[in-house]
Amino acid sequence: MKFELPQLPYAADALEPYISKKTIEYHYGKHHQTYINKLNDLLPGSDFEKCDLDTIVKKGHNGIFNNGAQVWNHTFYFSSLSPNGGGKPKGKIAQLIEDNFGTFEKFQEIFTKAATTLFGSGWVWLVQKDDGSLEVLKASNADNPLRNGHKPLLTIDVWEHAYYLDYQNRRPDYIDGFWKLINWDVVESRL
Amino acid sequence: MAFQLPELNYKYDALEPYIDAQTMEIHHTKHHSTYTDKLNGAVKGTADEGKSIEDLLKDVSNKSIAIRNNGGGFYNHNFFWEILGPSKGMPSGEFLKAIETAFGSFDAFKVEFANAATTRFGSGWAWLIKQSDGSLTVTSTPNQDNPIMDISVVTGVPLLALDVWEHAYYLKYQNRRPEYIDAFWNVVNWTKVEDNFKRG
Ligand SMILES: [Fe+2]
Ligand SMILES: [Fe+2]
Repeated sequence: MKFELPQLPYAADALEPYISKKTIEYHYGKHHQTYINKLNDLLPGSDFEKCDLDTIVKKGHNGIFNNGAQVWNHTFYFSSLSPNGGGKPKGKIAQLIEDNFGTFEKFQEIFTKAATTLFGSGWVWLVQKDDGSLEVLKASNADNPLRNGHKPLLTIDVWEHAYYLDYQNRRPDYIDGFWKLINWDVVESRL
Repeated sequence: MAFQLPELNYKYDALEPYIDAQTMEIHHTKHHSTYTDKLNGAVKGTADEGKSIEDLLKDVSNKSIAIRNNGGGFYNHNFFWEILGPSKGMPSGEFLKAIETAFGSFDAFKVEFANAATTRFGSGWAWLIKQSDGSLTVTSTPNQDNPIMDISVVTGVPLLALDVWEHAYYLKYQNRRPEYIDAFWNVVNWTKVEDNFKRG
């Protein structure tokens, strides 16, 4: 099965000023595309040739896992964002966040701290566990919560390529911008 | 005495066009400087205050994650700035012989080193090291780990290093890490690398 780069749900410049057009052009057009190309190169003749992406992410290893999970993670990340995003969540997801973290602000603080302190390249995830509870998890490099049986709800990419053109070493400024772009309707739909 | 951010022996624009001045300045005054400050914060008021960076890293399995990450970041960048410079010398004598013994030829060594740097997934470093039996090998480490840390799989005395964190090349090369690695060969101070070999 050949994987293809999914359409971005917005224009490349739609997330400005928080994420620049140039960053999206590289991040989506080059990094995301390269993970797809490498995955497609590695699959023929492997145990995963006929598998869907979720299976590759859950069971893959080495290059197939790294590239497959990076495809999955980037698709999930880009679709979590919207030029009309930001603000506070409503409805069921808002209730769950309050039940698990006390307040939205407390959740925001925990998620921001995890994203700020993740060392090296990786992702920070909001996940729902089997028992229905929510948790914030740090994940290195390509790691993905599906491998531990959790349901991903939201993620931020903290590889330096996600923010270096816009913010250089100032990762906290990128995280501030991220909060203004989260599409909470999409996050809720993942419950 | 607290750890100090070292001065560079060359100007920020000295490695142009291979490594641009803006990258050098941010890399030194922001990234390296932050590791230095955080390392000082991590040892301050503990039994580790006053120890050399080498002593801390050789025993890093008994240290906090903050010392591993920031001590590694401090040491690795100190080392990196020293082996970089306006290109100087070429491997010769015993050093060249050791390269040829280990890799077949200088060109074959470059291919192996470039491969380690290209395939390190995520953030990290590629290294040429001298092992305890005197032989040379190429290795890579994740994040700010390095071959003098007791937790590393392959250990030895570092001779040459390349930073492949995206911050090391993103402003100029973006996703094209292999172009950055190619360019690196133009700004290696081989006199310093050979000196590391002799002393290692
Ligand atoms: Fe990314
Ligand atoms: Fe660096």
